[in-house]
Amino acid sequence: MNLRAVVAEDLYLLREGLVHLLQAHGFEVVAAVESGPELLRALTGERPDVAVVDVRLPPTFTDEGLQAALAARRAVPGLPVLVLSQHVEQLYARELLADGSGGIGYLLKDRVFNADQFVDAVRRVAAGGTAMDPEVIAKLLASTARHEPLAALTPREREVLELMAEGRSNAAISQRLFLSESAVGKHTAGIFIKLGLAPSDDDNRRVLAVLTYLNAARS
Amino acid sequence: MKVMRRYAEAPIRAAFLGLLAVADVFLAAGVLVTALFAFALGMIFLFPSAVRAVRRRTGLARRLNGRWLGEEIAPSYLPPPPPVRPQPDGWYRHDRQLYRTPRWPDWHNRWQWMFGDPATWRDTVWLLLNPLAGGLLLLLPLAVAVFGLSLPWAWHPLGGVPVGLALVAAAAAALPWLLRLYGWWNELFLGPTAKSLLASRIHELNQERVETVDSQAAELRRIERDLHDGAQARLVAIGMTLGAAETLVQSDPAAARALLAKAREASSTALTELRGLVRGIHPPVLAERGLGDAVRALALDSPLKAEVTVELPVRPEPPVESAAYFAVSELLANAARHGGADRVWIDVGSRGGAVRITVTDDGSGGADPARGSGLRGIERRLSAFDGVLALSSPPGGPTTAVIELPHARGVREQRNTEKMPWWKWLIVGTGWGLAWLPLFPQGLVTLVMKLVDPEERSWLLPLYLPDPWSWMMIVFDIALGTAMYAAAVLLPIQHSRRRWMAEAAPHRLCSDR
Repeated sequence: MNLRAVVAEDLYLLREGLVHLLQAHGFEVVAAVESGPELLRALTGERPDVAVVDVRLPPTFTDEGLQAALAARRAVPGLPVLVLSQHVEQLYARELLADGSGGIGYLLKDRVFNADQFVDAVRRVAAGGTAMDPEVIAKLLASTARHEPLAALTPREREVLELMAEGRSNAAISQRLFLSESAVGKHTAGIFIKLGLAPSDDDNRRVLAVLTYLNAARS
Repeated sequence: MKVMRRYAEAPIRAAFLGLLAVADVFLAAGVLVTALFAFALGMIFLFPSAVRAVRRRTGLARRLNGRWLGEEIAPSYLPPPPPVRPQPDGWYRHDRQLYRTPRWPDWHNRWQWMFGDPATWRDTVWLLLNPLAGGLLLLLPLAVAVFGLSLPWAWHPLGGVPVGLALVAAAAAALPWLLRLYGWWNELFLGPTAKSLLASRIHELNQERVETVDSQAAELRRIERDLHDGAQARLVAIGMTLGAAETLVQSDPAAARALLAKAREASSTALTELRGLVRGIHPPVLAERGLGDAVRALALDSPLKAEVTVELPVRPEPPVESAAYFAVSELLANAARHGGADRVWIDVGSRGGAVRITVTDDGSGGADPARGSGLRGIERRLSAFDGVLALSSPPGGPTTAVIELPHARGVREQRNTEKMPWWKWLIVGTGWGLAWLPLFPQGLVTLVMKLVDPEERSWLLPLYLPDPWSWMMIVFDIALGTAMYAAAVLLPIQHSRRRWMAEAAPHRLCSDR
């Protein structure tokens, strides 16, 4: 069965592009909207399997899309939403992750350029996983650089942590870093011990644990 | 206790200030003689030194006013002329004359500055009248008290004691108020006029405008350069790459594909650069969420552990928000870069009509706006909005920076607009209602009666006194009546003037108000 998607984007060209991209990869786009109120109606009415949402939407052109997504997730807990933006903020990432239920993506708009990776991220979010933009993770790690246990990680473990925080599975990480999957498993186990987190085999829960940890280390 | 002290100190202060005022007779005489020489005999070179002498004296009076009589009076002189600069050919010009050295043009400028400043003339009037005011307001009550003390011997041993004590008590009770009145008198002539405040405000605004325009032009130039060398150049490259791919797509699809991938990469880089540029112009999170969340986002991105509290009931105007945001950003960067701080506390609040942001870090301190160009930049940015930066950074820390920015441009905090306090109204009412009593029947009429027919006393009280004292009493009654009328007239004028000036005055950060 095809995954049902909602697209919210105010620029016509980009909206059509997203719709075509998703349709070409086997998604069924049930609604393509261009404003915040429409989005909220589509999300709560259609209950899609995944929504791709631009942060800045009419009528206010502020963070209308983000607010609509958050409101929809309050009404429908765990509703998978992938938020796209011209800029990424740790602040928004935190707000999206705050309810701890997964099914959240937050990517720069440029990531759409790489269709395969983008669609992979959409699928991950639809499956209840997480897709965090590398830039968010980089900022998060940069601002926690002085934090004790994080400073104790080896460079390789850091790389693994970064990819893990973006929401990738062990298999994907091993592909990315040209490591065997068991080596990645060893690294992740090491990271979890060093950070004092309970190990978990479930990819999604693992990611959330890491992100929560990183966010907590900040304040 | 405090009140007791006030009454105890009043006679000493009154004696000192009164004697100083009487001594002004000599200075005034000197100034008059100098003026005579300067203007009647053409010895114009004496004028600046006379003005300087007067200004030294009024400067002392202003300081003493702050120390003893209430508020320190701000000087009201026009800003001094800048030093003369040589022309490209090395000569100094004044009007249509050229000079080899800057001495004469400088002298001429200074002379014009002193001569044309109304404050110079107000100073002079004050100096000429001060012996009279000081004598009447400060020395006369002291004389009355001394007279009261001498009554038991001079007049009647038994009746003299109660009357004398009553006189001393009255003088002691009146002195603090008379000192205050004397302070107002000083303020009337030595204080800044609304005109001079406006002049200095215009001077300040002019300077700020020049700085703002300069920094704005520099900023635009930077943006232009970044666009020109960055995104624009990359778009050109993308276009060329796409063109090349277009021609290759039939003959060599593999090479075309490689070119397309390159174009995509270039567009990604261009976007990253544009993102950085946009962040420098107006951060998106500021546009989307306002100052509070933008500062929170800044704190999250900072390597320091930051605690942010925000309490902003009203969202400030966008330009104000932007100025505040960049100021906080710079302060955070400074704390991380130079201060060696680990933690930082940011408090965003609202006070009166202004946004007030406090940034405190636990670093090593020693920040100095005079040395750091960053801090200077913040001040410049803020000054365009009448905002101020107050920095406290002792060596060893902690560093605390306070930014205060009016919510909206052009609207400044309204201060001193409240009504006149009741006791001032009381003085005004008493003045208008009762001043005639000492002035006319007990003062002027008694004076005439004393001259015409000293035997007819009727209800003219001073005539019952022995001779030298009856004269003094008459003078005192006249002075009292005049002073009451003066207070009744001047108090409302002074109050509205003060309000006026508060509105015209530049907004300043008062940390202890």
